[in-house]
Amino acid sequence: MAEREERRFAQVSRESVALMAESAGVELGEEMAAVLAEDVCYRLREAAQSCSQFMKHAKRKKLTVEDFNRALRWSNVEAVCGYGAQDALPFRSGKEGELFFVDDREINLIELALATNIPKGCAETMVRVNVAYLDGKGGVELQGAVPTAVQSLSDDLLKYYQQITRAILGDDPHLMKVKSVSHDLEQLNRLLHMVRSLVQNPYLYLGSYVRSLVSSVMYCILEPLAASINPLNDHWTLRDYAALLLSNIFWTHGDLVSGLYHQILLSLQKVLSDPVRPLCSHYGAVVGLHALGWKAVEKVLFPHLPAYWANLQAVLDDYSVSNAQVKADGHKVYGAILVAVERLLKMKALSLSHPGEWCFNAQTGSLAAAVGYSSPGLSPPPESLSEAAFGIASHLQAGSGGCPWEEWAPVSLPAMYLELYSFFGDSLAVRFSTGPGLDSPPYCPSALLREPKKEALGQGSNSDTARKMPQLTANLSISPRRDGSPRTDPPPPSLAAAGPGRSLPRSSSAQRSRYSSSRSAQRLTGLPRDVFPKARFASPQNGPPTFSFVIGGRQMGQRCQGRRPFQTVFAPTPPPAAVPPRAYAHKLPVIGRVGKPVRRWTCSHYSLLLPL
Amino acid sequence: MAAVQGGMVDEKEEVDIKTEPQSDGLMNTNATDGRQLSPSPSSSSSAGSTKSAAGAPEDQQTLLAVLQFLRKNKLTESVEILRREAGLPEDALDTKGADCSAPSSGGTAGGVDGLDAGSLLSRVAVSSSAGTPAPTKAAVADDQPDVSVVLSAYSQQGDPALYKVYYSDLKKFIESVLDCHRAELSQVFYPLFVHMYLELVYNNHESEAKAFFEKFSGDQECYYEDDLRVLSSLTKKEHMRGNETLLDFRTSKFVLRISRDSYQLLKRHLQERQNNQIWNIIQEHLYIDIFDGMPRSKSQIDAMSGSLAGEAKREANKAKVYYGLLKEPEIEVPLDDEDEEAENEEGKPKKKKPKKDSMGSKSKKQDPNAPLQNRIPLPELKDSDKLDKIMYMKESTKRIRLGRENLPSICFYTFLNAYQGLTAVDFTDDSSLIAGGFADSTVRVWSVTPKKLRKVKSAADLNLIDKESDDVLERIMDEKTASESKILYGHSGPVYGISFSPDRNYLLSCSEDGTVRLWSLLTFTCLVGYKGHNYPVWDTQFSPYGYYFVSGGHDRVARLWATDHYQPLRIFAGHLADVTCTRFHPNSNYVVTGSSDRTIRLWDVLTGNCVRIFTGHKGPIHTLAFSPNGKFLASGATDGRVLLWDIGHGLMVSELKGHTDTVYALRFSRDGEILASGSMDNTVRLWDAAKAFDDLETDDFTAATGHIHLQDNSQELLLGTYMSKSTPVVHLHFTRRNLLLAAGSYAA
Repeated sequence: MAEREERRFAQVSRESVALMAESAGVELGEEMAAVLAEDVCYRLREAAQSCSQFMKHAKRKKLTVEDFNRALRWSNVEAVCGYGAQDALPFRSGKEGELFFVDDREINLIELALATNIPKGCAETMVRVNVAYLDGKGGVELQGAVPTAVQSLSDDLLKYYQQITRAILGDDPHLMKVKSVSHDLEQLNRLLHMVRSLVQNPYLYLGSYVRSLVSSVMYCILEPLAASINPLNDHWTLRDYAALLLSNIFWTHGDLVSGLYHQILLSLQKVLSDPVRPLCSHYGAVVGLHALGWKAVEKVLFPHLPAYWANLQAVLDDYSVSNAQVKADGHKVYGAILVAVERLLKMKALSLSHPGEWCFNAQTGSLAAAVGYSSPGLSPPPESLSEAAFGIASHLQAGSGGCPWEEWAPVSLPAMYLELYSFFGDSLAVRFSTGPGLDSPPYCPSALLREPKKEALGQGSNSDTARKMPQLTANLSISPRRDGSPRTDPPPPSLAAAGPGRSLPRSSSAQRSRYSSSRSAQRLTGLPRDVFPKARFASPQNGPPTFSFVIGGRQMGQRCQGRRPFQTVFAPTPPPAAVPPRAYAHKLPVIGRVGKPVRRWTCSHYSLLLPL
Repeated sequence: MAAVQGGMVDEKEEVDIKTEPQSDGLMNTNATDGRQLSPSPSSSSSAGSTKSAAGAPEDQQTLLAVLQFLRKNKLTESVEILRREAGLPEDALDTKGADCSAPSSGGTAGGVDGLDAGSLLSRVAVSSSAGTPAPTKAAVADDQPDVSVVLSAYSQQGDPALYKVYYSDLKKFIESVLDCHRAELSQVFYPLFVHMYLELVYNNHESEAKAFFEKFSGDQECYYEDDLRVLSSLTKKEHMRGNETLLDFRTSKFVLRISRDSYQLLKRHLQERQNNQIWNIIQEHLYIDIFDGMPRSKSQIDAMSGSLAGEAKREANKAKVYYGLLKEPEIEVPLDDEDEEAENEEGKPKKKKPKKDSMGSKSKKQDPNAPLQNRIPLPELKDSDKLDKIMYMKESTKRIRLGRENLPSICFYTFLNAYQGLTAVDFTDDSSLIAGGFADSTVRVWSVTPKKLRKVKSAADLNLIDKESDDVLERIMDEKTASESKILYGHSGPVYGISFSPDRNYLLSCSEDGTVRLWSLLTFTCLVGYKGHNYPVWDTQFSPYGYYFVSGGHDRVARLWATDHYQPLRIFAGHLADVTCTRFHPNSNYVVTGSSDRTIRLWDVLTGNCVRIFTGHKGPIHTLAFSPNGKFLASGATDGRVLLWDIGHGLMVSELKGHTDTVYALRFSRDGEILASGSMDNTVRLWDAAKAFDDLETDDFTAATGHIHLQDNSQELLLGTYMSKSTPVVHLHFTRRNLLLAAGSYAA
């Protein structure tokens, strides 16, 4: 009732009337203006009242300018022209704040008239028919009856529920199913955000709903969404976000559902091992694993990598035009794996550096042995354990049955590194970049000397790669990490054991430098140091903890560059044992794009690997 | 001219003829505030007897006033015709001019034919403006008779400061009476409030009016909110002149139904308090329909109130309505040959069924409620019509029997790329065509079947056709023009209503431009533009037998037309606001109209009289539907409710609550078992109409008093809610086999 009393009518002040009269060249007395203003207000209200009937009869909910003009016309008032456009008119105030006006830009009619890009006529009005409901029970849940879980809510909560569903889904509560909106990224995004807020709400006990939440999120991560068909849709970010969310759910509510972790892992693994699935699904699986932590990566992704790699490589090596899109997707997956693996290595190193563990490891001398599990080697967990196909509905059905990873032992860090290096080549090493001089200033001069030449070369492909890199770094942001300054991690304890593999890291560093040189322009000063290769030399004598990793990938965004010095230094090192990885790795800088720069890179004289 | 008279007759009915308040008002003319109120209970009881006597002269007066108006506007021919029709003597108007000096004669002489128009008018002024000083009356009589006279009624002066006191005094009293009376007496609040407010405004007490409004507007029932908003925007005497809502209030009396006991209570109170101000208003502007018996409960009152002018008077719904169906013409059904071939095994039982059906319809002949077959002239059946009837019968044998357990399937016709411009939809009865009216003034017709739409060949080409050939109907069509849809251009404003003729040869459309257009679906051209409504026409519909059609619009009248007359045959006047929707009764003898005055009126096509007034909706009515047996009516309004009415008894039968927005479409299934409603809230809801009507027990008492007891059983009757995908449902249609078709335009 209160609102009714307060009259919310449009008011035209007497000053406005006087002003308008003035502009029309009429002098109005104060009194006259007041009377006129009042009358204008009334007429305005009257017109507003009568125009609503045009809206009602047109069966619309929105009052249009056209309606108002009709009302004016029928009351013998000239219509107001020029405001028929559908979009809202911005109403702005002048600088003085006293003046308000509608933005009215001048339009060049000549240009408009002579324009060649005449817009096509809008789509033809048409009628489409569909059988909505058969025998009155078309879709049982589609009948507008709220889901059973919702029915038990109290009135207030029910209202709240309706508000929420409306806010999220628009007017149509049926779209609650994720599947039905797979074409609409925005909807999915909103849905995910809703899930996030649900998860983050500390006052909410999600209980068994966690399962359904997870299944929705998993859907977003893994399924080849309809939206993925169009390469322009950025479903990658959606997957990234969903993955992050997944880990979030898991860490906060994982305890609510027993065996959730394993179920998730199972489903991710299932997807990953299914070569029929599109790359975007694989990407989702990798990102999902990554988000779940390095242990998950180690348990699922790492052992599975050899098998998977073949497929990926095949995709990436196909240069045919028809394959371009798939290849681009492949690069995405590649990037994701790389990131995951990098983290795996680092975290593993970190965990090994942990005092207690460290001692243990140190004594055993061999990491693989140190961990002391019966190690099944690098093979993935037996297939038999994996669950049935991981559709959105199925992947959580399986209880916490067998957990194949329980008994599965981690591989030693160096072994892992070697293994990974064989896949990634130097692009992996790039990840462990140097920080500003730790203990190797001697190399600086040479680095500086080399720099200019390098620049000249790198320049050509710079633009490409620079543009591409952010895609990779975007993946990095998935898992919250300690950002910023180069971090030093204790090295793996028993590097000596990995002696034979030494050559690989070195070459990797060289390769990496080539790769990173694409960005070298951004680098201002280079006192960088690739510690990893150095460590290789140092480790035998020094014993374990004397050197550290510097993570370079982290700094990409911060214009860290300059591995050039290292290349010169380590040039004499023997060539990498594995050629294939190199062949592949050098393509990394131009992910998603095959162009001349690549070739130039490969035959670059500056590549330290070539002379070898 | 009969048409015009039909309208007039009805207008006369509208002029209230209850004399009691008027005589009281006259007596009060001289009464000062200090005097005792003159009317006594005895005078009110005698009202019934005086009424009939006074009724006739009042009619006469109105007629004369109309005559004078016509003459003033130089419509001499009309004057002549109207006078002849009304049987008035030639000189009824001739002596105009010598009169104004003798207003007193008006009060005495009732029904004298020789009265000159001037004095008559002033008499009108007297009777409706009790208390006006004589000089103003004379002046009023000279200029526009309608508006000023109407407004002058408010010139009554009272101390503006006391209005609040009066009102709150009454409020206090009503709040203190027994519960059983309180609900009834509370009905008085709203009309009193409005009239007191208007009086204040009229007498230039702007600030008092505002204060009064602010103080008491909150007490009014929420369903009057829209009117109150209009009222609150009105603060100046000058504004009152052109305001339609106000005119409605003034020209028509607000009707209240109050039990005798409650009424006595109120009257006694007002007399004791000498509350003349209020008493005068009650006398002048309210019509209190007193009944004997128990006072009604709050829910009973709420069910019936809400319209612009209160409830319907009981007498308004007393006329007999022939709601039965007309006997179906007997058609020898030659369907056997084809049918037998089509359904060899089942051929025999099926063959018999239609025959039985036709037997059944024969026995319906005795339906006592059906009008005579020739009560209104109906077009003869053409051969093609007979063929169609046969088709209909065939189809109806395959009809699915719907019911609570057996709900219909729904097909949704979505208009894409309509850009919010779809305003009306109609299907042909056989569901072969769909037409849409659009805001861009176009009408589009689509073929729903694979059969494409074709035009007839040009005249020159038609000459070449062999007219004796069997397939001449096929040959006249121009194959080159075949297309799935056709666009009809002609209107110059949004098309608000659309209707196919039963034979599918014509299409009607009505538009904001004030015309109704008849289109040929053979040539896809406009045949006739019917001009009569000078304002937007909101709805139009063909009679179920073709030939006639009805239209209603912003000018507050509904018109009955025949396709071959360019002028209307009947004008149904009486609504106090726009006629928003119009429907033909299945027997074509009645027309029902819904209005934004929140009433529904049923009109007799033959006489042009209003035979039913249904009140109870709380918002403008936007859709109506008759049950297939013609006994019941369903109506949907902006308040989101669907109300069911028993036409024969003139009673509300049921209230179906569920929709959350305006109901724009209603349709009964072919056998009347299910009612489907479609709304702006993007849902189609199905209601168990059979149950709603079966549960109905109409005893004589209810029928006589019109007091209804509605159980709130919407949830029981609701059979299902079906969502569309953000598509408001604009139209519903049951195919002959009881498949439900819904239509609307997708609102992105």
